Amino acid sequence: MLLFTGARLLDPASGLDAPGEMLVRDGAILDHGTSLGRPDGATVVDAGGACLAPGLVDLRAALGEPGAEHRETIASAAQAAVAGGITTLCALPDTDPAIDDPALVSFLIRKGEATGCVSILPYAAATAGCQGREISEYGLLKEAGAIAFTDGRRAVGNARTMRLALSYARAFGSFVVQHPEEPALAAGGAATEGERATRMGLPGIPPAAECMMVERDIALARITRGHVHFAHLSTAAALDRIRAAKAEGLAVTCDTAPPYFDLNETAIGEYRTYAKLSPPLRDEADRLAVLAALQDGTIDAVASDHQPRDADDKRLPFAQAEAGGAGLATLLAVTLARVHGGDLTLLQALDLLTARPARLLGLDVGTLRKGAPADLVLFHPERGWRVEAGRLPGKAQNTPFDGRALEGKVLGTWKAGRRVFG
Amino acid sequence: MQYPFRHLLAVEGLEPPYIAALLDLADHYALQNRRGTTQRDLLKGRTLINLFFEDSTRTRTSFELAGKRLGADIVNMSVSTSSVNKGETLLDTAATLNAMQTDLLVVRHGQSGAPALLAQKVDAAVINAGDGTHEHPTQALLDALTIRRRKGRLEGLTVAICGDVLHSRVARSNIHLLLTMNARVRIVGPPTLIPAEAARLGVEVHHSMKSGLADADVVMMLRLQKERMTGGLVPSAREFFRFYGLDAEKLAFAKPDAIVMHPGPMNRGVEIDSAVADDPARSVIGEQVEMGVAVRMAVLDTLARNQRRNA
Repeated sequence: MLLFTGARLLDPASGLDAPGEMLVRDGAILDHGTSLGRPDGATVVDAGGACLAPGLVDLRAALGEPGAEHRETIASAAQAAVAGGITTLCALPDTDPAIDDPALVSFLIRKGEATGCVSILPYAAATAGCQGREISEYGLLKEAGAIAFTDGRRAVGNARTMRLALSYARAFGSFVVQHPEEPALAAGGAATEGERATRMGLPGIPPAAECMMVERDIALARITRGHVHFAHLSTAAALDRIRAAKAEGLAVTCDTAPPYFDLNETAIGEYRTYAKLSPPLRDEADRLAVLAALQDGTIDAVASDHQPRDADDKRLPFAQAEAGGAGLATLLAVTLARVHGGDLTLLQALDLLTARPARLLGLDVGTLRKGAPADLVLFHPERGWRVEAGRLPGKAQNTPFDGRALEGKVLGTWKAGRRVFG
Repeated sequence: MQYPFRHLLAVEGLEPPYIAALLDLADHYALQNRRGTTQRDLLKGRTLINLFFEDSTRTRTSFELAGKRLGADIVNMSVSTSSVNKGETLLDTAATLNAMQTDLLVVRHGQSGAPALLAQKVDAAVINAGDGTHEHPTQALLDALTIRRRKGRLEGLTVAICGDVLHSRVARSNIHLLLTMNARVRIVGPPTLIPAEAARLGVEVHHSMKSGLADADVVMMLRLQKERMTGGLVPSAREFFRFYGLDAEKLAFAKPDAIVMHPGPMNRGVEIDSAVADDPARSVIGEQVEMGVAVRMAVLDTLARNQRRNA
């Protein structure tokens, strides 16, 4: 048994934000309240007034395994995840080989279990080999444990294929995650098209590439009645379309990642390749639109969008460098920066990191409900630290937030009642 | 006032007095070159490496000549003979150059920002000799010097930069330099060859040569690379020449004494008609090449001085 005392209990699912205690038994939350007494044999953790919340549910992270273990392994990603308070992590399937076979799904789940500290929920490839042509075996993949279907960093570019994917996924109560970027329009691009890319002499990706893919897939969701989820939204126009589709009652959901509400394209100044992401960082108006969509609920979740890269991927001229940023260790603190900035309430921020993504995935986590798994994060909301590439937990050090001072430090992480960090 | 920086990576952000100082010194070298009185030992004992990841006979030769006139030891490294083709990264190259104790490094690279990346890692002073579609600072300086000598000033002139602005580092450097020196700059080309948000650089954007060249003092043509046609950005060479190629008829829209410039190498019959390119009354293309050597001498001299001062 485990007893937390002196905690600020935060449960976005129920709206709870109160000082209190929590009792954990057999890996599950037994009870919480203002005073739970001192049960015999309970290990006491004095939270010292820090926040105790559900462990984070990360909707989107690439792990590097299988195929790119020099960038990140499942074990090293797990280490970074728990240091960031993440206890459930959805892994992208565009690995080498792509996760398009039930045996590979089982392999990832086993690898995740072997870490003993974080649940790895694999996405399976939406199309064979993530090549965007034939849809993969959704039924068998789902049975093997696939959480949903996506081609990861690649958009399903062919409209007919996407239609079939959305339609077929319905049979198994699942959904398709789209990287919303029209491939032909984005091909060869390195930065958001506009004044900055023009000055830097970089090939541009127009923001409209996002909007038109969102529009296309909303139209496909309408005719298939399938559920489409858009990843890492970054532009005002695309968010407007999603807002309207939700109002229409379509099964459309979306997430974003911290870079898109914390940074804008000025971060790539001086050709900083760590700030080269996909989609690219946008202008300030788009950043503010992402923030507004977090506030009004249009965006369903904040994901880490972790994309491990090593020095060889990044120490190149900007257009040749690989896109992608490490995001596991900074997910909570960068989101909390919007709380300190007065844009989100603490419960709103945690809702986007826990209860809402859990609900989207149909999981029994991301909540402090009695009986739920004791996946917990204890954090100090104001304690400061500085992001430093080279000193992050895990293998991947390619953070776009290098040098950033943040407030909000994870003190401990528990997976099913067992302390896995801190 | 002297240009005070360690490298020359871009024109964007340079203050007018620094540009003027480089132009004044280049003017001095132009005069000396004509008289044959160059002081040949200013860069004695200094090592200059021409590191060219893209082919460019003219720019490389121009830097080589500039370095030789000042007495530097010069080595040419081009991509076809270096180990870059064998998978060596740009930063491996930087480490090698450091070990060789290079003083001045002239870099031409197909990727925007590559010289800036090298500059972070090498001890040498880095001169950007053209990076991707970003900048080509010495070209803009030599163009400005040519204009200044012909027109007596830069301020208040109207300069039309025509053709493939989208892919042109020459255009970008010229835009920054000319605007900094208070010239009016127009860019002229089909919308498919104009960069996004170009007007926000401070230029006027024109899609017809008639309006773009109207009352211009300087007509600066850009090279249209053949790949642009295969990439579908313009449908054909003949269509491009008909609407955007500079011939006597279109040149007549400009001021009667407008000069014609081209950074070379020219595609005759694509962006420029031979009758215009070879007209000694209008074309200053030969003088651009001459000023190129003088400008590069001024840049090498200045950066070597800065290096000595900071040593």
